[in-house]
Amino acid sequence: MGEAIVITSGKGGVGKTTTTANLGTAIAMQGKKVCLIDTDIGLRNLDVILGLDNRIIYDLVDVVEGRCKPNQALVKDKRFEGLLYLLPAAQTSDKSAVNPEQMKELVGQLKQDYDYILIDCPAGIEQGYKNAIAGADRAIVVTTPERSAVRDADRIVGLLEQETDEPPVLIINRIRNHLMESGDMLDIDEVTTHLSIDLLGIVIDDDLVITASNKGEPITMNPDSKASIAYRNIARRILGESIPLMSLSDEKPSLMKKIFKILGKK
Amino acid sequence: MKYVVAQNVMIKGTKDGFILKLNDQCGYEELKEELIEKLSVQYKAPADGQAVKARIEAGNRFLTEDQKEEVRQIVHQQKSLLVDEITSNVITVEDAEQRIREKEMSSMTGIVRSGQVIEVEGDFLLVGDVNPGGMIMAGGNIYILGTLRGIAHAGCYGKEEAVIVASQMLPAQLRIASKLNRAPDHDDDPHEMECAYIDSSNQIVVDRLQVLRRIRPSITKIEGGR
Repeated sequence: MGEAIVITSGKGGVGKTTTTANLGTAIAMQGKKVCLIDTDIGLRNLDVILGLDNRIIYDLVDVVEGRCKPNQALVKDKRFEGLLYLLPAAQTSDKSAVNPEQMKELVGQLKQDYDYILIDCPAGIEQGYKNAIAGADRAIVVTTPERSAVRDADRIVGLLEQETDEPPVLIINRIRNHLMESGDMLDIDEVTTHLSIDLLGIVIDDDLVITASNKGEPITMNPDSKASIAYRNIARRILGESIPLMSLSDEKPSLMKKIFKILGKK
Repeated sequence: MKYVVAQNVMIKGTKDGFILKLNDQCGYEELKEELIEKLSVQYKAPADGQAVKARIEAGNRFLTEDQKEEVRQIVHQQKSLLVDEITSNVITVEDAEQRIREKEMSSMTGIVRSGQVIEVEGDFLLVGDVNPGGMIMAGGNIYILGTLRGIAHAGCYGKEEAVIVASQMLPAQLRIASKLNRAPDHDDDPHEMECAYIDSSNQIVVDRLQVLRRIRPSITKIEGGR
C-alpha cells in the first residue's frame, strides 16, 4: 500500500510542477515505484517538464469517466525502467470535470500498485485544489522566500490543517543566496517561523532548472546541479532518511550555524 | 373617581420622573386595562411642557418584546411620558445563555492563518500567532500569547471598553467597536507586551501593558487571593 502526497502552494509559479517532476524522478531513482498525477486540468504541463507530452493517449478525465482503465492512461517514463509513471491531466476540459470523490477512489486504486503517488496541485484554492487534496495522505507545501508566496502558503496550510490529520511540510524553492544574505529576501528562518510547519527541504534557484525543464529532462537527472542535489535530498527525506539541509554557501560558516539552528541542533 | 380594589398599577413620583410599578400576579389584559385607566385620570402635565421620564418596573413578570412595545405605546399615548426603561427580574433562558457567552473567555491554541476568521462572543485567549490575513473577532477583549500580525477586532458588537493585548503587537489593523487603526508604514520598534484601547480622545492607542490596570480596572475579575 503506497502513500499519496499532494504538492501544493496556493500561489502560482512557485514551482509545484517542477518540484513534482523532480521529486518523482528522484524517488524513482531510489528504486521506488512512483506515479505522478497532474490535476491541473485545462492547463497541464507536468508532461512537458518530464518530456512525455507527445506520448499521451488517455488522460485523467478519461479515467474518471470510465472511458479507459487507469493503466491505459498511465504514461511510462522509459528512462526509469518501469518505476516512474504519469497520469496526465486533460487539456480540453476544466477543473469541474472531476470531483473529489472520484479522485479519492482513483488514488485509492493507484496506491495498491505504487509506493508513492505524487499529486501535482493547480494554483488556487478552488475546485482543482479540492480535487488534488482529496486523495492525499499528506501534503508538501512549496513556497518561495517572497511575502506574497508565504502569505498564500499560510492560507493553504490553514486549509490543509482542516482536511488532513498529518501536518503539512514545507519546501522553500528558488532561494537566491545573495539576496538572502543582503536581507532583501526573507530568510529561511523567517519563513519557517511564520508558517510554523516542519521544513522538508530548500532548493536553490538555478538557471539549469529552466534549461532542463525546456528539454523535458528533470534537473534531478543532472548530478552536478545544486538544485538536483537538493531534490534528491528531499526525496530521501520523504523515504524516511534523515539528511541535513544543504549549506547555501560553502565559504560562510555563519550560515551553517543558521542551518543547524533550523534543524534544532545547537 | 372609581374605587379600585386591586392595585395592579402603582404610580410613584420621584425627582427623576415617575415609576410605574406593575403587579406581576394579575393577567396581562387586566393590567393593560388598568394602566390605560389610571393614566387617563391622575396626572396633569407640567407647565413648561418638558417630557417627563417614566420607569416601568415589571417585577417578576416576563414581558415579551411585543408586550414591552405595547406598554410603552400606552404610556406614551396616554400622558406623553417618555419611557426610559422597563425593568424585570425575569429573562429568558436564551438571554441568560447569551449573557454567559458574553462573559465567557474562549481559548484556542494554534495559529490563525491567512484567510481564517475566528469569532467569539466573549473574551478570547489565543495561545499562538495571528498571521497576516488572519482575523480574530471578539465581543469582548482579545488576549494573544504570541504575535499579532493580522487583524484583531475587540468589542465587535459595540463594546468600546474592550482591549487588545498581545505579546508581540505588529498588527495589520486594530479594530475596537467601530474604531479602526492601521499599522504605521514604517516602524521598527519591538512592540513587546502591549495593549490597545480607545482613549479619551476616541482613538485607538497602543501602550505598554502596565497601563491596563489603571485604564481598565474592570478587567480584573479576581477577588481576594493570598
